[in-house]
Amino acid sequence: MHQDDNTEITFHHEYDREASKKEVIKITVILSVITLVELALGFWMYLSHGNLGSFMITLIKGVILILMLAKAFYIVAYFMHLKHELKNMIMTIVVPLLLFVWFIIAFLYEGNSYKNLKNTYDPYHKEQSEIKVEKKEQGSKEHDPQAH
Amino acid sequence: MAQAVPAEQKWWSGGKSPFNVEYGKLMMWYFLMSDAFTFGAFLISYGTIRFATNSWPDPNEVFQSFPGLGNGLPLMFVSLMTFILIISSVTMVLAVQAGHAMDKKSVVRNLVLTIIGGIAFLSCQAWEWAHLHHEGAWWGSNPFLNIDGTKATTNFTNFFFTITGFHGFHVFSGVVINIIMLIMTLNNVFERKGHYLMIEKAGLYWHFVDLVWVFVFTVFYLV
Repeated sequence: MHQDDNTEITFHHEYDREASKKEVIKITVILSVITLVELALGFWMYLSHGNLGSFMITLIKGVILILMLAKAFYIVAYFMHLKHELKNMIMTIVVPLLLFVWFIIAFLYEGNSYKNLKNTYDPYHKEQSEIKVEKKEQGSKEHDPQAH
Repeated sequence: MAQAVPAEQKWWSGGKSPFNVEYGKLMMWYFLMSDAFTFGAFLISYGTIRFATNSWPDPNEVFQSFPGLGNGLPLMFVSLMTFILIISSVTMVLAVQAGHAMDKKSVVRNLVLTIIGGIAFLSCQAWEWAHLHHEGAWWGSNPFLNIDGTKATTNFTNFFFTITGFHGFHVFSGVVINIIMLIMTLNNVFERKGHYLMIEKAGLYWHFVDLVWVFVFTVFYLV
C-alpha cells in the first residue's frame, strides 16, 4: 500500500463510552418514534378511503416528507457521526448536496408542466387516461387463491 | 505531468490531516456522497415521471400482504423491514463504539447482530419480490390499477424493481463487507494494528444503506 494507517497523525476525539451509548439509545428512540408517526399518518390516509380532501392529503404527505428529512438528519449527524467532525469537513459534504434543492424543484416542476401540456394539447391522451378499467378484474385478482 | 515526485513521498502523512480524520474515512464519505447522487438521480426521475402522469397506483393496494397472515395488511411488512434496518444500524454503531474502546468481544457480538439484521432484511425483500412477481408484477409488467381505477403504465413496477433492487444490492454489499470485518476482527487484525478504524468505515457504508432506505420507504410505500 502507498501509505500505512499507522503513520497517520489524527487526534482522537474526547471519548466517553457511556455518554456515547446514551446518545445512541436516544437517537434510536427518536428514529423509532418518527417512523411510528409516519406509519400512523400512512394508515390515516389509508383508512380515510379518500374522504380526506386533496389539500389534507397533500398536507399529510408534506408532513411525512419533513419527517423523512428529520430521520435522515439524525442518521447522518449521530449514527454517521458527521455532527462531531470538523466544520470544514462537514461543509465539503453538505454543500455539494445542496444541488439537490435545484435538482428536485427543477425536475418535479418539469414533470408537472409536461403533464399539463400533454393534457391540454393531446386530448386523446387525456381521454385514454380517464377510462376506468372494470372493477371486477381487480376484484378477481384479489381473490385469486394463488396470490400469496 | 512531468513533475519530479520522490517515490517515497506520502501525500497525506506529510503533516496533520486537514480534517483530522484518516484518509480512508474521508474517501468513504466522498464515495457515499457520490452514491447519494446516484440514488438521488434515480428517485428524482421516479418523482418526475410520477408528476408527469395523470394517476398512479396506490401503494396501500399494492403492498398489502404479510407472509403467513395473508392480504389486507398495508404497510405492515414494510414497517417490519424498516425496523429491522434501523435496529441493525444501531448494532453497527455499538460495534463501532466497542471498537473505539478496543473491546473485541463486543465488536464481534454487535457485528454478528448487524449481519443477521442485514440478512433478515434481504430475506424480507426476496419474499416481497417473489410475492409481487407471483402477482404478475415485474419489469415491463404491471397488474395493478391506478388509484382512480384507470389502467396504469409499467413505470410503477419498473421504478420499484430498479430502485429497490439497487438498494438491495447495496444491502448485500454491506453484509459482505461486514462479514469481512467480522473475519478480520476474529483474526485479531485490528488488535495487531492497534485500532478498529476499519470498522468505522464499514459502519459509514452500513448507515448509508439505512439512510437510503429511509427515502425509498417514504417515497414508494408512504406517499
